[in-house]
Formats: sequence, C-alpha cells, structure tokens
Amino acid sequence: MIDSLYLAWRYIVFNRIKTITLVMCISLVSFLPFALKMILKESENQLMSRAATTPLLVGAKGNSLDLVMNSLYFSKEKPDFISMKAIEKIIDSYLALPIPLYTRFYAREYPIVGTSLDYFEFRKHTIASGRAFAMLGECVIGADVAARLNLGVGDSILSSPENLFDLAGVYPLKMKVTGILNKTNSVDDKAVFVDLKTTWVIQGLGHGHQDVKTITESDAVLNRSEKLVTASAKIKQYTEINLDNLESFHFHGDPSIYPLTAIIAVPQDEKSATILRGRYLSEQKNQQIVRPKQVIEDLLGNIFQIKEFIDAVVLIVAMAMVLAIFLVFSLSFRLREKEISTILHLGCSRSTVIQLVLAEVLIIAMFSAVLCFSSLLVLQNFQGEIVHKLFIS
Amino acid sequence: MINIDSLELSYGTDGFQLSIPQLIIQDEEKVAIIGPSGSGKTSLLKLISGILLPQKGTVSIEDVSVNKLSDAERRDFRITNIGFIFQDFELLDYLNVQDNILHPFRITQALTINAQVRSRANSLASELGIENKMKRLTNTLSQGEKQRTAICRAMMTAPKLILADEATGNLDPSNKTKILDSLFRSTDKNNATLIAVTHDHELLDRFDRVIDFKQFCEVEGV
Repeated sequence: MIDSLYLAWRYIVFNRIKTITLVMCISLVSFLPFALKMILKESENQLMSRAATTPLLVGAKGNSLDLVMNSLYFSKEKPDFISMKAIEKIIDSYLALPIPLYTRFYAREYPIVGTSLDYFEFRKHTIASGRAFAMLGECVIGADVAARLNLGVGDSILSSPENLFDLAGVYPLKMKVTGILNKTNSVDDKAVFVDLKTTWVIQGLGHGHQDVKTITESDAVLNRSEKLVTASAKIKQYTEINLDNLESFHFHGDPSIYPLTAIIAVPQDEKSATILRGRYLSEQKNQQIVRPKQVIEDLLGNIFQIKEFIDAVVLIVAMAMVLAIFLVFSLSFRLREKEISTILHLGCSRSTVIQLVLAEVLIIAMFSAVLCFSSLLVLQNFQGEIVHKLFIS
Repeated sequence: MINIDSLELSYGTDGFQLSIPQLIIQDEEKVAIIGPSGSGKTSLLKLISGILLPQKGTVSIEDVSVNKLSDAERRDFRITNIGFIFQDFELLDYLNVQDNILHPFRITQALTINAQVRSRANSLASELGIENKMKRLTNTLSQGEKQRTAICRAMMTAPKLILADEATGNLDPSNKTKILDSLFRSTDKNNATLIAVTHDHELLDRFDRVIDFKQFCEVEGV
C-alpha cells in the first residue's frame, strides 16, 4: 500500500493543477453545508440567548424586529423614539422594573448605550477593573472596546458626531472610563455604557458652559438684564465633564419628554407580564410591547426556511460536483489507459491498479478534508463577528 | 530454452490467425523477428510473456508451460523472469528516471525494494550512461535516454529472457546502434535470451537468428 501511495503521490504532484482544482472543489462543496450549519447555530445561540433573557421590551410602534435588534444587539437600524413618560408609566404600574435604553450615538464604531445601573445587574455583568459610572460624563466600556482601543480605567473616549456635515452642531463629549466589564461574549463587549443623562448631553439637550453671570468679556454677553442674560457664541462650552465644571451642566426643556429608544421591562412575575402586555395592547397607540424571544423565533424561522432552500441548492451542487469529479477521474483513467496497460503487461495485477486508483482518491480526499477542516476552524474563530455582521449590524 | 509447440491464435474481426507449428529458441540466443505490420510479431511476444493465451498449443520457458499457469502465477512469472522493452518506451512521465527503473518493484508484491535493488538500479544506469539523469523526469529526456531508461527497467530483475518490441523503432541511426549495443551488452552480462521484433533490416546481421513471420501468419491483405 505504501508503494501505491507513493506512486499516487508522484502522479498527484506531477498533475498539481488538476489536483488543486479537484481538492478546492471537493473542499468547497464539503465546507458549504458545514459552514452554513455552523453560522446558523452561532446565530441561533447569539440571537436567542439574549432574547430569551429579556422578558419584555417597550418601544415606539413600528417594526418590532428593528426594536429588538437595536435594543438587544445595538444594531444600526434605529426605531422611533419614545419619551421618559413611558418609564414613569411602568413605574406607576408597579408591574415591572423599567430599564431605559438610549442607543443613538457612537464612540468610533462602538455604540454608546445610555442606561441605568440596573442594566448591569439585569444582564449579570460584573466589572473587571474600576467601578460603575457614578456621575455625568463617566462611562463603563466592554472588554473588547478596552482591548481594541487599548483603553484602561482613567482614560477617555470621545463620542462621534452623528453627522460629519454638521460641524457646528453638538460637540463631541469626552467621556472618562471609570470601569471595564468582564468579558461577556455578547454585544455588550463592544459597547460603551453611560448614564442616560450623559447621552442627552451628547445630544445637546443638556450642556455646561462658562458662568454667564460672572463672565467679564464684553463681547461674550449680548444682553444682560436682572432676569435674563443672553450670551454670544463666544461663551465657552465644556466638552468634558469634571468635578470643576460639573455644576455648570444643566438641562433645558421638560425632562419627561426626553428621548429613549426602548425600555427593558422586567416584570415581577408572569401575571404582571400579562397585565402589562394587555395594557399596551389596549391603551397605547404610539408604543408597543414585545416579547424579544418571540420576535427572534420568527426571525430564525425565516432564516431556517432560507437555510432549507440553501441546503437543497448545496445538495444539487454537491451532486453535480460528484458527477463532475467522477467524470474527471474517468477521463483521467481513459487518458492513462496506455499507462495502465503497460503496468499490467509488466506484471501488475488488476487489484493493484485499483489500489493505485484508490490511493489517489484517498490522497485527494485527505487533502480536501484537511482544507475543509482548516477552513471550518478559521470560520469558527470569526463566526461571532460574521453573525454580528450578517444578522445584527 | 523457449519451446513453442502447435500454437494457434486467432482474434479480431479481420480474421487474424497466427499458427506456429514449432519454434525453439535456445538459451542466450539473440533472435530478431521480422515481418510485415499485423503479421503477429507483437502477439508472439505477448504469447511468450503470457499476456495473451493461445487457443491451442503450448508456450514453455525452461519447462514451465506459461499458458498453463494461473493469472497470478503468470504475472509473477512475467515480472520476475521476463524483461519487456516496449516500442515507445512506455515510461511514466510523472516519475523520474530512478522511479521508472524501480517501477516493477512497486507494482507487485513478488518484488521488494531494498538497498541491493537500489544499488543495482544505480549500477545499471551507470552502465547505460544515464546515472546523472536519475532525478530527472522522463519528459525532459532525449529519445535515446528514454530508451536506455526502458532497458534499465527491463533489466532490473536480471531476467533470463528479454522481449523487445521495436526497441529501436523511434531512434535515429546513430542512436539505434548505441541502443542495440547497450541492449546486447546487458543481455550478455545476464546470459539472457533476447527476442527482438524489428523493422530495421540493417541491424539484422548482429542477431544470431532472424525469423520471418510471414510464414506463420494468415490475414487478409497481409
């Protein structure tokens, strides 16, 4: 058998282009169904694990999938906003604990999640180093953000402008990192968490600036009366919040209508959940309450329907490939008819000829398996990111 | 001694029939077989080596009736006792010269490769002047070098019978002489019998005996 393997190996090396093509084709056809299964399994794990642990989600009426994907996975599709009144309504009902979410802004490519400290407790996140945010302008970052941006406790991260063409708009806010989360293997690893009010500062609903009462530069004040001081654009706006300027930060307008993207509602029990859902169904025209698990199950149902279709396509392609490979080998052996006749004339048995053929098939199959397995290993390392890009981003 | 007795072979749709009442070839004899194309010269080599079986008669080599042996016995007998040199060399282009020479040892369990065999391969290559081509693929060799490689392969088992089917057919006149010299030298060294089918009438006087095959063959148009 060793001699057969050696002769088959020499033949394969000599006809390397044919061999590489065959190996690539077999590997690809074998890789596709496994890769698809792996990706779908990972997507099911990623999507369901988070959805299953989030009992109820309140958001603006509209696409429930957008609401779930944005609130659970911080996807870029933004649902319509709801106001802080929705929080008050849930608190007043005594049916659930509301955890606000405002996921409109980014720090580089990482979403800034405005929330409350309840979020960490709800998700069972622990802080690896530092502490949770305690005052305006502080943030806690996910493990991947810290690793990729090389940030530690005490460093700062800037919020990104929403629109590059709106340079005169809201100033970026320099946020101080007070804590780094332990790795969670979820999208929270790639997020920047701040207090809800900090996101409103980023939006420009709240701001801090020089004290207009004590300012001395004449052109910084346009008009001054006993009740009202009108400042000019020269007045210095703070882009970083620290103990020295913290008191100067203030909010304008009615806080009860400040925006949120969603509220995670954690009901006391199943009965409370049912009552709360009932209230939204009957009373709320502009808001909806959804069970994320159900929304994701519907999504996965669609994905698995597509998978069945893809499986059928892969099966047909695989059958065509098997026939093509059979054809390649038949043509190859027809071309080698003279060689086979020679070795038979020399004294080789037909079983040895079959052994030579099998050795060649075995080597090609082995290379294909190795290539397929290596590709699957590579895919396994990146499957989390691929799923994130395919189904979440 | 090779003894062909009352041999009859017919095949094909054109009514080919080979009939040899008696043909004896002595040990160490060098026999040239001539005759028109399709007269059965190659068939005779295949009958002697057991590749073809006659409908009637016997082919004996050293008292062994080749056509009475089983398939497996015939294969083992062929690979260990007969060296075959084909018309167009029939070397394997994906193997280098060394592997081509050792090829018979890789395709049967009757032979095994060991240090002695490798040493013999080197020694034969050296005798035939291709010792520095051992690592080259055969498609990079000249016609003469290819033929020498084929002779080396045929001589590797030190056979007592060498069958050469137009071994000089594709060569230019100077190479023909050189190859025939090599073949005769190797045959003499092994005290082997040589049966060579040839169309090269200018080489016939170098053989001990010439057999014209026209006498044995009956086929329309020949």
